[in-house]
Amino acid sequence: MASWARIMACLAAALGFWLSEPARAQELVASLSTHRVLIGSNYTGAQIAVFGSVEREGRTVGRADPYDIIVTVIGPRQQLVVREKSHHGLLWLNDAQRKFADAPSFLASMTNRTVGEMGNADDARRLQVGLRNRLLPPSSVAQADPELLRFVDALIRLKAQDKLYQEIERGVTFLTPSLFRSSIVLPATAPTGNYEVFVELVSGAVSLARQQTSFEVVQIGFEQQVAWVARNWSMTYGLVTAIMALIFGWLATVIFRRD
Amino acid sequence: MQIYLPIAEMPISVLLILAMSAAVGFISGMFGIGGGFLMTPLLIFLGIPPAVAVATVTAQIAASSMTGALTYWRRRQLDLKLGGVLVAGGLIGTALGVLAFNAIRRAGQLDALIMLSYLGLFVAIGGMMLFESLKAMLIARAGTPVRLERAGQHPAWLKLPWRVRFYRSKLYASVWPILGFAALVGFIGAVLGIGGGFIMVPALLYLFRVPTAVVVGTSLFQILTTMTAATLFHAASNQSVDIVLAILLIIGGVVGAQFGTRAARNLKGESFRLLLALLLLAVGMRFASEAVIKPDEVFSITVQGAR
Repeated sequence: MASWARIMACLAAALGFWLSEPARAQELVASLSTHRVLIGSNYTGAQIAVFGSVEREGRTVGRADPYDIIVTVIGPRQQLVVREKSHHGLLWLNDAQRKFADAPSFLASMTNRTVGEMGNADDARRLQVGLRNRLLPPSSVAQADPELLRFVDALIRLKAQDKLYQEIERGVTFLTPSLFRSSIVLPATAPTGNYEVFVELVSGAVSLARQQTSFEVVQIGFEQQVAWVARNWSMTYGLVTAIMALIFGWLATVIFRRD
Repeated sequence: MQIYLPIAEMPISVLLILAMSAAVGFISGMFGIGGGFLMTPLLIFLGIPPAVAVATVTAQIAASSMTGALTYWRRRQLDLKLGGVLVAGGLIGTALGVLAFNAIRRAGQLDALIMLSYLGLFVAIGGMMLFESLKAMLIARAGTPVRLERAGQHPAWLKLPWRVRFYRSKLYASVWPILGFAALVGFIGAVLGIGGGFIMVPALLYLFRVPTAVVVGTSLFQILTTMTAATLFHAASNQSVDIVLAILLIIGGVVGAQFGTRAARNLKGESFRLLLALLLLAVGMRFASEAVIKPDEVFSITVQGAR
């Protein structure tokens, strides 16, 4: 209930913002239900609402195409290697590999209708909508490389198994013709750090407006202190862990001593 | 019940980890092996990052080998002198192994090398022990008692200079072959990322003819020292030891190890060697099937670092 109340409060704030500045050419206002996800000892993932409104006045008269909203969430970047096993005689061994120097650790793409309904494949590529188009460079030369495509698809498939990559068509809902909402589902394994959220307003496969916001995932309390000590006092941390291990080992012999 | 791990950055089921570590601790206490080759793959299977799994398991092995070694020490089944020589040799081998590990990793074929070495080691050692222990059991059933430790019948290579008496181990041998062997085990252990207990135990049994009970205690002592050092090394060099996961693994591991040492007490030497042989063969078969059977997913992802 609390989260719903928060969403409504933010919706009201967004609406207020929209109503207070009708003269500006800006057509899109979007916000998040929270900008900080806190990780405590009972953290099992989080859900963040994205919502916003589209200003009807700014629209060119005569344009028949409906509005489309594309929400893209990009988590902290990682350096990844995707390897492929192949058959060598009797054995399956790692063979070909592809390095992704800055792949997002988390990537979500949400749209209000399917990409096919919004435009053709070229439009989708230009707008960088969908996981594949986000991961591949926009040039058509790179898109034609079947070897690269195979590895990108494998990356998407493996990450999607852990819900770290998500592509949700119809993941954005229009509550009224101008109000929309969507939700970001963060699995517990999504790493700490800064997450960029891009909200794009599209009509007839043409980008009309774009807004960027962000949220961060941080550890708090005990978890934060442990991570800090491990990083900044690593030798002390190691010593404490080792001594603790030895004391536990000794304690067990005392507790279970029978002979 | 779920708890969030601060270094692995993911939640984990407390009961599942306790049960798994107790089972591995039992095997560790029983056979005098660290159990890292069982625990690390299990943790990776649960989704814990490999670097965190490898580093944190060293703390658990330190704890469960501490409890095991203390128990054997009280029963006077730990040869401190032999253990000291093994530790010295092991340190030299580990240092060389770390250098070799980095060279092989640069060449890019680490996965294949690790897999094939595991396969070779497990099948060779397991097969040899299976054959020997079955033979010993059959002879024992026929009525003629067999003794592995034949005093005064040491092979020639134990008669090199610098001979020392290891009373508890009923061994009178040159220090050189023992040092050399410990260095070899340390080398293999560092390259494969394991403690090497499963190589050390059969070697002490068959090559040095040390009594079974003393082998286990002494091997646990050697594992205790190397794993304590490894915990410090991992924490300082790559900050991937997760203390919350370590506590869970340690609690399960030390309790399991206590029951393991007790179970080993009621076990005959031949049955002990047969069980260890079967365990090694089973793990070897798992590696073999992984390498030979077509995998469901031929692709895999390795995270090399955050940016």
